[in-house]
Parts: sequence; structure tokens; C-alpha cells
Amino acid sequence: MSEKKPERREFLFTASYAVGAVGVGAVVWPLVDQMNPDASVKALASTEVDVSSVKLGKTITVLWRGKPVFIKRRTPEEIAEARAVKLEDLKDPQKDEDRAKNPEWLVMVGVCTHLGCVPLNDKGDYNGWFCPCHGSHYDTSGRIRKGPAPTNMEVPKYEFVNSNTIKIG
Amino acid sequence: MSDHEYAPKSKFGKWFNDRLPLLTLASHLTDYPTPKNLNYWWTFGGILTFCLITQIVTGLTLAMHYIAHVDMAFESVEHIMRDVNYGWLIRYIHANGASMFFLAVYIHIFRSLFYGSYKSPREIIWIIGIIIYLLMMAAAFMGYVLPWGQMSFWGATVITNLFSAIPLVGEGIVNWLWGGYSVDNPTLTRFFTLHYLLPFLILGLVVLHIWALHVPGNNNPVGIDVKKPSKDTVPFHPYIVIKDAFALLMFMIIFAFFVFYSPNILGHADNYIEANPMVTPAHIVPEWYLLPFYAILRSVPDKLLGVIAMLSAILILAALPWLDTSKIRSAVFRPLYKQFYWILVVDVLVLGYVGAMPAEGLYLLIARVATAYYFIHFLIILPVLGFKEKTIPLPLNITEPVLGGMPMASAVKKKESLN
Repeated sequence: MSEKKPERREFLFTASYAVGAVGVGAVVWPLVDQMNPDASVKALASTEVDVSSVKLGKTITVLWRGKPVFIKRRTPEEIAEARAVKLEDLKDPQKDEDRAKNPEWLVMVGVCTHLGCVPLNDKGDYNGWFCPCHGSHYDTSGRIRKGPAPTNMEVPKYEFVNSNTIKIG
Repeated sequence: MSDHEYAPKSKFGKWFNDRLPLLTLASHLTDYPTPKNLNYWWTFGGILTFCLITQIVTGLTLAMHYIAHVDMAFESVEHIMRDVNYGWLIRYIHANGASMFFLAVYIHIFRSLFYGSYKSPREIIWIIGIIIYLLMMAAAFMGYVLPWGQMSFWGATVITNLFSAIPLVGEGIVNWLWGGYSVDNPTLTRFFTLHYLLPFLILGLVVLHIWALHVPGNNNPVGIDVKKPSKDTVPFHPYIVIKDAFALLMFMIIFAFFVFYSPNILGHADNYIEANPMVTPAHIVPEWYLLPFYAILRSVPDKLLGVIAMLSAILILAALPWLDTSKIRSAVFRPLYKQFYWILVVDVLVLGYVGAMPAEGLYLLIARVATAYYFIHFLIILPVLGFKEKTIPLPLNITEPVLGGMPMASAVKKKESLN
């Protein structure tokens, strides 16, 4: 009988620690999760943009979820340049056809995938964008060509509501 | 801790001290035996305590007027500068105080590096110090975000984006840090909260830092163990108190020069432009005290590896007591280490310089060489040096070199043989 007692104690200790750990976790999680994007932030998930005034070769920047989104109406030369690039030359291989379904309109989040700066339009070695912070160069399709950024600029979910309006998100 | 028993003289003192031994603590602190050869590089502990208290007091008063909201933060800082009585003074002390704090901490750290203060038995003091340094950087970074200028906003964006380099969970962590999909109001309010909290955590760690220091006692320029109390020590009060106070006054003159004559020289003009999430300033640089690490980040062409290199550059310091294999503490007796020490100082200054320059061409090349050397110093030179270096024999106690005028081992030996 005296040999069985320590085992019972051990079980009680372990069970107490386990229940305690679950309790602590249940209390800590709300404190951690309150920092995640809240309902009001998530509610601002989509934006509609009128693009009828954008001239050929020009870019407009709109704010979506607090981030700039570039909407560029590309010239035929820029489209040709973007489509002529071989996939082997790309750090993050992606066809221009997949990034701009309507080739004239390039819609992408205007945030450098390195550390989040806003790249400058019509700059850099590839006639696309250039990030002033750490020197990433993007081409006319917003794909990373040179510099520390790991991936192409993100193409958000968007659709043409009609020929003049783009809905982002 | 104290080597002698303390008994209060008054009856009330004795009654109180039996219940809460504050008087014993005060007695320990005043009588605390300190090596008598401490030089002015040892006064920065006191100076740093002053810096921390200054930041807390000015920070508390600024918080009475500051509004942590994206629509009002920038204006409320201008309101402090223009309308609040002495608001300009309090804010300039707080903003320049951060720079002074880092200036003092860098001298304090490099003092330790030169005299081997991180070595046994002071490893825990050193590691607590590194944690304090990390918290200081976090507090300074979040404080810089609060005025909500262009540098605030883009600095916050770049630094929080460092976490996006973590595979798989990186983006989730960044959204969690932001409380949204970009740096915005939720980010500002939590940064304000944490900026308020961190100094008090630092204060607690400073108490532990000093407590841990009082166990073995101070290291000293000769770097040998000192018997306490003995001919080699003096009581902390009044000897060290007066020396610390004098050094503090000198430090305050420099501090006051910045506050009154060039309060914005250490800042960036761009931060007087309100934050604009659509436009990144042409040239983003962190505050001067983070530049060496920024240079290391940018010198690595890969995003994740760049972040790892930058963090390692800081964390490698925590392993220093074990990377440095030499048993001799003070560089005075290590002729080779002394040279490598100064090369490291120059290396860090070079990193700081290229960190402020655009990351291209020659600057990038220099940054890469300097980054490589930084790691070589800690990972290769220090461990090897401990075995290879021929050190100068240590004196028997610190009185010999003090009375002899120079810590020359030969002189000590001669005197020894005379005895």
C-alpha cells in the first residue's frame, strides 16, 4: 500500500499541472488574440475605384487596407517588354499573362516585398519600379528583377465591375 | 553581501531595520568596497541610471499631453512644442535623451569589452546588460514611431516587416504586430503602451544588474580579483559618488549642448512631415544608434539571411563570456587583443557610417567586408586568441601599479624580488 501512494501523488501533480497549463493558456489567448486585426479592420476589405480618367502609360495609387495599390494603364511597348521576358531570368518566375489578365491594366499592391516601402514609378533598371529603401528593381509587370526583395509585388484579388470600375478585394 | 554587520544607532532605526532592513541596504551601498583604481570609463553606470530616470520623468510628463491616435498624434506633438509650457524643453530632453542614453550605453559596453568585465564571475551581469540593451532598442524604436512623422511611419513599416522574413508564419506575425494589414492606428496605440511599459522593465533589470554586480564587486582597469575590503578598495561613498557626480556633470554639459543648441541634429527632417502611407521618403535611415545593425541587415542580399545576420550580431554578444577563451580580463595585459579591440571599434564605426549611406556600389562592398569582420572577430579571433596570445604577467594587487605609476609587470616583479 505504501508503494502505491507515490504513483497516485505523481498522477495528481501531473494532472494539476496539465489543468493549470490549460487554464493559463485559456487566459493568455484572448490577451494575445486581441492584437490581431479586429472586425472593423477586416470590414474594410474591399474598395471600388473609377479608372476612366487614367491615361495610357499613367499610374494611379489608391489606398486599400491601409496599403497603396498601383493601378497602371500600360502602353503596348510596356506590355510587349513584360511579355518578352524569359521565365528563366526571373527570381520569382511568373508570366505577365498571369499577373495582368487584361494586359492594359496592371493592378498590384504597391508595397516592396522586401521590407514594405512604396516603390517609385517609372524608375529603376527595368523601366518599372524602384524601391528607394534598399534598392529593389521591378519590371513593367511588377516582378522583382534585382535587389533584396524575395518576390514579385503582390497582385490582389480584383475584378472589373464594368469597363470603368475596378473592385479590389 | 556586506562584509560587516550593521546596527542602526537610534532606537527607532533599530526597530524599523529589524522589520525592513532598508538601513542595512543603505549601509551596504555607502560602504560598498570599490577598487580604488577605477577610471572615468567606470562612471557610465551612474550616467546611465541618470539617463533612465531622465527618460522616465520627461516621458511621464510628455504622456500627459500626447494623444496616441493617427489623426492627432502628429498635431499633439506640435502642440507640445508650441503651446504646452516648457513642452519644447521636455520633448527635446526626451528626444535627445534617447541619443545620450545610447551614447553612454555604447561607452559602457565598450568599457566592458576592453577590460573584460563580461568574464567569470560576471557573466550574469553582462547578460542582463545585453537584455537591457535589447529592451532599450525596442523602447527607442517604438518611441520614435509616436510622433507619427514620415520617418516614424516608414521606420515602423520596415522594422515590423523584418518579421515577415520568418518562413510560413511571418505574415501572420506581422499582421498580429500591426493589428491590421499595414501600420495604422492599432499599431500606434500598442506601441505607445509598450513604450510606456518598457522603461519600467528596464528599471527592474537595472536593479538586478546592480545586485549581480554587488556579488563579486566591480572589475577594475587591472582586471585582477580584489580582496574586499582591503588596501586596494575605497568605500563607494564618498569616493566613487564624487567621481561619478563629476563625470555626470561633464556628461550633462554635452547633453545640454544638444538640447539647447542643436536639438534636431540627431533627428531627420522628414519626421516633421506627417505620416503618409502612400509615399516613402527617398532615403530611409534609422536613428544613428541603430545604424551598424542596419548596415549588417542591408549587406546581406537575402531577406531572411539579412534579418538573421542582424539579430545574430546582437545576440552573439550574450555568448561573449564563452567565446573569449582568455582568462586574462584587462586588455592592458593582452597586447594582441588590445589591437583587435581597436580594430573592432573602427569596424563598428565604419558599419555605422555605411549604414547611413545608400546601399550600393562601394558602400555596399565596405558594409560586406565590415560585416564579415564583425563576425570573424567574435567567432574566430576571440576564441583563438585565448590560446595563442602571450600575455603580460599580472600584478599581484592593484596598489603596485597605482603606486608605481604604470601597470608594468616588470616593475612589479622587481619590487617583489626586493621583498
